[in-house]
Amino acid sequence: MINLERRKALKTGGGLGLLGLFTAVGLIQPGMAWASSDKLAFEAKTMAEALDALGVKVADGSEAIHLTVPEIAENGAVVPVTVASSLANSEKIYILVDKNPNAVAASFSFPEGTESFVTTRVKMKETSSVIALVKAGGKFYRVSREVKVTAGGCGG
Amino acid sequence: MGNPMKIRASVKDGVTEVKVLMQHEMETGLRKDKDGKLVPAWHITEVKAQHNGKAVLEAQFGTAVSKNPYLVFHFKGGAPGEKVSVSWVDNTGDTRVDEAEIK
Repeated sequence: MINLERRKALKTGGGLGLLGLFTAVGLIQPGMAWASSDKLAFEAKTMAEALDALGVKVADGSEAIHLTVPEIAENGAVVPVTVASSLANSEKIYILVDKNPNAVAASFSFPEGTESFVTTRVKMKETSSVIALVKAGGKFYRVSREVKVTAGGCGG
Repeated sequence: MGNPMKIRASVKDGVTEVKVLMQHEMETGLRKDKDGKLVPAWHITEVKAQHNGKAVLEAQFGTAVSKNPYLVFHFKGGAPGEKVSVSWVDNTGDTRVDEAEIK
């Protein structure tokens, strides 16, 4: 006989699935869930693992994302990266470096009123693709550029 | 408390541009010192920026953000004289907060 409490909890969870269920019974606070899934992504070694940790199943290209990186980085320790997204409802930008020991370099969240734009500098271990991953309206989009690195920057 | 950041904020056409230069070694944990020992990972993990009590940016950094992290971002609003504050936390629990006036 199915436990009635469980049945009630499942009904409360409704269309949100397991995450909804856990949130409904207070096991996961909403903020916590997102932060921890990003944390797993930062620990991921490969692009595939990182995308998996972020829940990215498909990421379309988009002309609305501008990724600016140098073609050749003379110093892999300091590679400037600018990402600008004009996609509606851009919530987050992730910067990934394909061949780095950990694929995710940084993530940025833009509250209402902040432009989905960021410039920063990242380390690149070797010549690699730099990927801008944008989460907009709950979907992921990506743009990638190859950067040639003449002197690697992870200190190895 | 970590080393001070340089923050420059200026407003033009209703958009405030904020440039931040943080001071932090951002060790990846993969570098070896001259004795061949691994230098432990030491890096900023989270950055938050606020204007008028409202968050205007939140960021998470991995070890691949360059030493002395540099950030530029833009938010709508802001007026000269108002303050923008930026704070960070690193993986050792060290923190730093600085603020600047919008020009």
